Amino acid sequence: MPIKLPSFRARRDSYPPDLWTKCPQCGDMLFNKQLEKADRICPTCGHHFRLSAEARLEMLLDKDTFRERDAGLQSVDPLGFVDQKPYPERVATAQAQTGLRDAAVRGTGAIEGQAVSICVMDFGFMGGSMGAVVGEKVARAAEDATEERIPLVVVSASGGARMQEGTLALMQLAKTVAVLERVRAARVPFISIMSDPTTGGVFASYAVLGDVNLAEPNALIGFAGARVAAGTIAQELPEGFQRSEFLFEHGFVDRVVQRRELRGEIAALLRFMRVPSVGLQQAAPASFNPIGAFLSSVAGGNGGDRG
Amino acid sequence: MATVVDRLLGRPAETAGDGKGDGKGKRDDRSRTGALDPKDAVWRRVQLARNLARPRTLDLLAEMADEVIELHGDRGFGDDPAIVAGFARIDGRRIAFVGQQKGADTDENIRRNFGMPHPEGYRKSMRVMEMAERFGLPIVTFVDVPGAHPGPESEERGIAEAIARSIGLMSRLRTPIVAIITGEGGSGGALAIAVGDVVLALENAVYSVISPEGCASILWRTADEAPTAALAMKMSAQDQVELGVIERIVPEPGEGAHADPRETAKRLRTAIIAELDRLAELPLDELVEARYRRYRALGPYTEVATPEVAPPPSRGIADRLRDLLDPTRWSMGMPLPGSSRRDEPPAHEEV
Repeated sequence: MPIKLPSFRARRDSYPPDLWTKCPQCGDMLFNKQLEKADRICPTCGHHFRLSAEARLEMLLDKDTFRERDAGLQSVDPLGFVDQKPYPERVATAQAQTGLRDAAVRGTGAIEGQAVSICVMDFGFMGGSMGAVVGEKVARAAEDATEERIPLVVVSASGGARMQEGTLALMQLAKTVAVLERVRAARVPFISIMSDPTTGGVFASYAVLGDVNLAEPNALIGFAGARVAAGTIAQELPEGFQRSEFLFEHGFVDRVVQRRELRGEIAALLRFMRVPSVGLQQAAPASFNPIGAFLSSVAGGNGGDRG
Repeated sequence: MATVVDRLLGRPAETAGDGKGDGKGKRDDRSRTGALDPKDAVWRRVQLARNLARPRTLDLLAEMADEVIELHGDRGFGDDPAIVAGFARIDGRRIAFVGQQKGADTDENIRRNFGMPHPEGYRKSMRVMEMAERFGLPIVTFVDVPGAHPGPESEERGIAEAIARSIGLMSRLRTPIVAIITGEGGSGGALAIAVGDVVLALENAVYSVISPEGCASILWRTADEAPTAALAMKMSAQDQVELGVIERIVPEPGEGAHADPRETAKRLRTAIIAELDRLAELPLDELVEARYRRYRALGPYTEVATPEVAPPPSRGIADRLRDLLDPTRWSMGMPLPGSSRRDEPPAHEEV
């Protein structure tokens, strides 16, 4: 290993974008600190910038209610995949950049007093791509929701399946969707929130299957990447193709919701979408009560037909 | 890598080491028995899987079934010629079948949209599969698809939703399902009809999360590296068996399925009958539970010891020192918390 002093050049090069961000929609230069304070929404035009998992959880959940689970799940390299860089190196780089172990964070929390099982994705980690770890976290979040009889909330931000895990990444579509079928059979509500971007295998599995699908404004949501679509078929793509509003117009999104209103919308929905047999559970405790959940799961365990 | 492929092809690892060699010009005309490097070997299979003369779903059924009744339409939008579905009788056993159908020539390929289904194709398939459950018919699916159709109409009508629903339906149907990758297993468009109690593949079939061209153009920035991507993704049926995605391989005759479609159908027929009889023995509850567990368990990961709560956002002195000592991280300029949240270039990964 050559010994050499780290250069400070990289940091100097990235100095301006550390302070300012140009809004891709209106072109305004935004001071980063202000942008963070504004929940990463452009104050001029309302453009929603991408949000980290941490910021997302903070925004959606009641203060200090988040309890992370499965923080230690980590990707392995089942194919021995090497492109320009070996896959484990890419993972290590992404971990160092984001402080996350993989592209999803999951746990429990409360939204306006209602306990939820929540999983949020982070696009900053390898494009939010879904490998076995992301699939497992979504599946476990769904299983906990079923067992503890609390609603499931998943916030997607992903380019799709992680190519470096090959068909095993593809199999995460089947894994997550199979678990969601059981969530549905158990009459546990599932709210799917699509943020920018939600594409490929993530959109074509759990993200599209919410009992209620919410989307942030102007988020890229689609099955095939626009480049794939434009390349495979010689056809001009329509205006606003694969944006939240396009999905809304065609009936695949229930509501397009401003970021700051998401929390209230979810809470309002969950007041209607009560988990049967739990009874009138006002202001559910932030922390999970194993005995209560066990009793309610026994009581409602055989609700076999789908809702 | 070379040795794995050599072992799978049942020959000594004589070509190990030249995996990086440029085999572009000679890829097509190397014979099967010749010494192929692993990249050429897998690329040869990709081409066999895409061979225009490869027998398609209806060709195979015509050979192996005593009776075939095709059903049409999704009852909502239309009939998709890229997916065929219906009832068939194989050696006296009644089944429901679903499969993608590519064309045998350009005219038919245009009519069948090169075997790339629209949402209505998957919805037709779901309709027939639900019927199969109701009437106690096992399901056999034939997977041969470059990918679901990626165009605007497909998105407008909800291709992602159709695929996700189809996967979900197949994960819980209370009837045996045998899925066979007969040609190209192209990503979500393939998986949508490939969730089964057992997944078989013809010898030269391939299965991948993205087309090798698509993978190469994203990760290598040129579609010319498709053979390299094909090898890296381990998309051959043999590699898929090792990964646990496919259970069994059905050998193809001679130079490949296209050389003798009748013999290919005969071998498939034997394999299908064996699987149907085996699955028919299992109680439905066990069958569905085993299928669920099969998919629930796919995809390895590890679990490392970690504090219950997420680590604080600020990077400690130890992390910074580690970065200083790790040359692979120097190029990143040691990002500070919050500074890596720029809107980055488009996703690197997409199905």
